[in-house]
Amino acid sequence: MTPDDNDNPDILERVKTGVNAFDELVMGGLPRARTTVVGGSPGSGKTVFATQFLAHGITMYGENGVLVTFEEPPRDIEANMRSFGWDLAGWRREGRLAFVDASPPANDELVIGDFDLSGLLARIQHSVKAVNARRVVLDSLTQLFDHFIADPKILRRELFHISNALKQSGLTVLMTAERNNEYGEITRHRLEEFVADNVVILRNVLHREKRRRTIEVLKMRGSHHAEGEAPFTLLASHGVVAVPLSSLRLEQQSSMVRVTSGNPAIDEMCGGGFFRDSVTLVSGATGTGKTLLVTNFLAGGVAAGEKAILFGYEESKGQLYRNASGWGVDFARMEAEGRLKVICLYPEAQSLPDHLVMVQSLVDEFQPNRIAVDSLSALERIAPDTGFREFLISLTSFIKKREIAGLCTATSKSLIGGESASEQHISTLTDSIVLLRYIQEGETMHRGLMVLKMRGSEHAKEIRRFSIDGSGMHLGEPFKDAPNVFAGAGAEYS
Amino acid sequence: MLRLYIAGNSSSSRRAEQNVMHLRKFMNAGAWKIEIIDVLARPELAEQAGILATPTLTYENQGRPRRVVGDLSDTRRVLEFLGIEADGDA
Repeated sequence: MTPDDNDNPDILERVKTGVNAFDELVMGGLPRARTTVVGGSPGSGKTVFATQFLAHGITMYGENGVLVTFEEPPRDIEANMRSFGWDLAGWRREGRLAFVDASPPANDELVIGDFDLSGLLARIQHSVKAVNARRVVLDSLTQLFDHFIADPKILRRELFHISNALKQSGLTVLMTAERNNEYGEITRHRLEEFVADNVVILRNVLHREKRRRTIEVLKMRGSHHAEGEAPFTLLASHGVVAVPLSSLRLEQQSSMVRVTSGNPAIDEMCGGGFFRDSVTLVSGATGTGKTLLVTNFLAGGVAAGEKAILFGYEESKGQLYRNASGWGVDFARMEAEGRLKVICLYPEAQSLPDHLVMVQSLVDEFQPNRIAVDSLSALERIAPDTGFREFLISLTSFIKKREIAGLCTATSKSLIGGESASEQHISTLTDSIVLLRYIQEGETMHRGLMVLKMRGSEHAKEIRRFSIDGSGMHLGEPFKDAPNVFAGAGAEYS
Repeated sequence: MLRLYIAGNSSSSRRAEQNVMHLRKFMNAGAWKIEIIDVLARPELAEQAGILATPTLTYENQGRPRRVVGDLSDTRRVLEFLGIEADGDA
């Protein structure tokens, strides 16, 4: 029987880790006065996660911490964590952080007879008292275990004792432990079985030549938690940034405010423009005018006094500027006036979670009213299927939560119709879909535009022909007897 | 100089204390000083010495420092490991 068996799970107080999306996965944070084991293979980010837990306690919540290190001496940890912007040495001098240096000493050691770890516990409690700590990290238990490798039974008993003693003092404890495999035994020596109320696993898996980091909550005693792996990334000056996913709730406000698409005729087809906090997908084959629609969307926003941001993954900034000026839009002037920001990047430059975090931080910094991504198909190249879907969910929900208007493009593979893989993923996640298609009439090829879906609004159902010239896009009359725009290139309909 | 780190009066600590007293009989007692430190009363000394386990007997001479963890129940092995010449038959 543990002392907290009588606790009502509904009233478990939560301790925020500082990893926002992770706190959402565990319903607000780690339960207070409980022990959490964070398991992971070497290089999976355990120490960063654990240190972040302390760092955020100190900087954001006024909760001091104790870091018990079994592997690296404190000065090494202080140096390593500086790149994440955490001033461990400074906090130590200010009395907000204390180290217990349990790294292997340079001496010969022999074990004869029974022993306990009262020495370690006394040191931890001494440090806790010295800085009035609320959070304690032990990094990592595996090193401690390996130190006394001949006596695993004693170690289990003693770790259980230490864990209980710290919990009884109201401390929230985070212990790290090594794993041998990404999928298999939870931790080496199965440490989690006797000390952990909660188990979290960090993974760093090589998938199709790309590293994919994920975080999974495996067990949370007496509490609900989100299941499955959520992607995360390690960022300089941030630490662990988890990407919110299964914790996402469809809670964003939907307003009825309309904003212009940048083209009055398309606004009319959509029943008065796009909704302000919605994401629109523009899908079409190469050369149908997707980038033009993006350009209109950005220029329309800027003309209406808004700020706009563009993430380009297919063309360079120079090309985008030239395209825009070819349609009578001056991106350079808008950017100089601070109304527009254009970011161009090779999709391969970083992983999808990194792209997502970059989009989020630039949006937070620039505070745009509308955002365009050109194109999702380029990003899809670099991701495994599940990773891409996760990315889309996170991106669209982020856009909606910020109540900004989003426009994304996707390139369909065939010239005259058919669905791209991105469309399949994104069609249910976007509020509106605009299709651009090549349509053959007799001997000539025309371009056609239709509004396929407009959530929460009436929209025109016809396919409108359009042309492109030096002043942009011009919508014409609807097609009569148009062929099936959904058919693939090989299909024939009579 | 020998130091024995113990934790209050836990059974292994008490045994270690008895065993250290026993140990002294086989050593040139006058040449050896033995200090007993209770980590519960003086955690800062445990911190300085980097003690994890109790009981721990530390021995510092000019060579590498040596430590024996445990209740020291095998006197002969303890002396052997510390490289202390036995002053009789252990």
